Amino acid sequence: MDSHSHVSTDVLIIGSGGAGMYAAIEAARAGASVFLLDRSLIGRGGATVMAQMTVAVALGEETPDHWSHHFKDTLEAGRGLCDERLARLLCEEGPEVMRQMDDWGVGWARKDGHITQAFAPGHDRPRCAYVDFLNTGPAVSKTLRTVVNKTPGIRKAGDLLVTDLVRDGDAVTGAVAIHLATGAPVTIGAKATIVATGGLTRLYRRNSASANMGGDGYALCLRAGAPLIDMEFVQFFPIGHLAPRLIGMDPIMWDPFRYKLGGKLLNARGEEFTTRYGVSEDGRYVITRDLATFAITKEVEAGRGSPHGGAYLSFQHLSEQDLRAAFGPVIDRLAANDIDLTRMPVEVAPIAHYQMGGVIANDRMETSLPGLTVAGEAVGGANGANRLSGNAITEALVFGRRAGRSAAERVASMNSNPYRPQAARPALDLIASATDRDDINTAEMIIALQATMSDDVGPFRTKEKLVRAATRIDELTRALGERPAGDGHAFDMRTLDWFDLRNMLSVAGIVTSAALTRTESRGAHQREDFPGMLPEWRVNQVVTMRGGELHMTRQPVALEAAAQ
Amino acid sequence: MSTATLKVWRGADPAAGRFERYEVPFEPGQSVLDGLRWIRAHRDPSLAIRYSCINANACKECMMELDGETVYACTARLEAREMTVRPLGNKTLMRDLVTEIAPPAERFKG
Repeated sequence: MDSHSHVSTDVLIIGSGGAGMYAAIEAARAGASVFLLDRSLIGRGGATVMAQMTVAVALGEETPDHWSHHFKDTLEAGRGLCDERLARLLCEEGPEVMRQMDDWGVGWARKDGHITQAFAPGHDRPRCAYVDFLNTGPAVSKTLRTVVNKTPGIRKAGDLLVTDLVRDGDAVTGAVAIHLATGAPVTIGAKATIVATGGLTRLYRRNSASANMGGDGYALCLRAGAPLIDMEFVQFFPIGHLAPRLIGMDPIMWDPFRYKLGGKLLNARGEEFTTRYGVSEDGRYVITRDLATFAITKEVEAGRGSPHGGAYLSFQHLSEQDLRAAFGPVIDRLAANDIDLTRMPVEVAPIAHYQMGGVIANDRMETSLPGLTVAGEAVGGANGANRLSGNAITEALVFGRRAGRSAAERVASMNSNPYRPQAARPALDLIASATDRDDINTAEMIIALQATMSDDVGPFRTKEKLVRAATRIDELTRALGERPAGDGHAFDMRTLDWFDLRNMLSVAGIVTSAALTRTESRGAHQREDFPGMLPEWRVNQVVTMRGGELHMTRQPVALEAAAQ
Repeated sequence: MSTATLKVWRGADPAAGRFERYEVPFEPGQSVLDGLRWIRAHRDPSLAIRYSCINANACKECMMELDGETVYACTARLEAREMTVRPLGNKTLMRDLVTEIAPPAERFKG
């Protein structure tokens, strides 16, 4: 079992969402050869394509604005933990990538010739551009796919599941993957590798992103030796669709409805309960994500939740005409699901949405390992303890562009491909050690892990819950074992699940232990046994893996001055 | 609780496949993909299906034939009766319900 194909490239990009595709375009334009791979189809999975709504950027098209205002709001939302160098980069370069996307024909919504910018909670002014209220992400993905296809020098390959990065000496020199379509191992040698695999929402039962975002990139980088930061901060989107069962629609679809029409959040008694938590909405959409998540969870705990364990979101005070004017064809898609908003509320509840933490990078997106850069949600730090709405697509584009540039610059400084086959040996040996074991059901184990994370490592945490989760994660890790399960043939789901679980369990354990050590409440991390934000906890937690062992340390927050 | 029966084509060779029947718990509003995911978690994790977005009809990966018609499994409704699912007949088979649907320029050629 030693036959495998090999690819040699200047730049390897793992993940083809918004960040990966932008990085590919930028690196190829700078003259590097690019190998853009994805575990699934190119440009179809990940989070970008699922984004329903807005992109926050200080364009000042309708209301005067400056990136420094956006920066201030981003830091405010981040509750003192943002890496200010990364937050600044996001805000300062946002306008450039937005205009580039505009030139590429994404089709930002306009009024009187100006790009329309909507108000979103947490921003000091209208700042959020969009394409169409339910189509922003798909339009961004489609535009980038088109540009990728037209850019010479980018080779694309789907169905490649990266199992490990290749570390040789101090540097990363490529990756080892399984070609899912055949089951065969593949090695890739690269002068620069960009990890753009998105976040970890798949760790949770209910989430707003694709099933292929199980924290792969965090685990790959950690195993290669790059440290992670802020892993305890998982953002929950407060009003994910809960009931009735709805198909063909993204669960975060109610966000655009709220932007346009306000809507009312009601408890089982029909009360607008957010006032109890200090926010009077009065038909407008002003409550921030962390507070709405808190309010809904507390209402459910107090026995005032909706039948499926959430809150009601009602548009019954609006006429059918108003609804149609705002959402035309979407109203028909709802009707096909037997949902008539003029006659009934829907049920909503918090769902896992975004990971603030991630791989530590500087403002060139370089990690601590030469040859390894990161982009998009895989990067940790820019959003601190809580991400401002609208910053995720901006981050994907800005960080993707920067990572592509840095990778191309590294390529230009190197004479030859540094990949040496012996460095890939351990990863190839692991793949080859697979056995057709049937002692575990990998699909069931993923569901068990999701249940544990949702029930015990959700937005509201206690020592008791976190310790229980850690125990369960350990049990699942032991059951998974050290040798992959599967037959190694084409599209072997058990092999896919095994390698996914290896990453998911590792990352779940890190989220849980970082949540356990942070004995305060801040942003998306709320400890019911340690309420209140403590000044001494204005530090980032950093996780490193050495010799297979995890080490957690604290470091001071990176301030803007450090970027100068 | 009533049940749906999914008759699922299994195999890696188009000429040598077989159908397997699975009883799946049925709740109104579920998708065919919900039923297939239930089979993987509770009956046979080796059943090959592909999807990314699960529910949003965004990734376009879960195309298959349901009772002879091409559908997205995530938007096709599960029904409390026997339903037959097969891989797309006009695409190269990988395994079970998974076929090669990527554009040729986006496939890995080793």
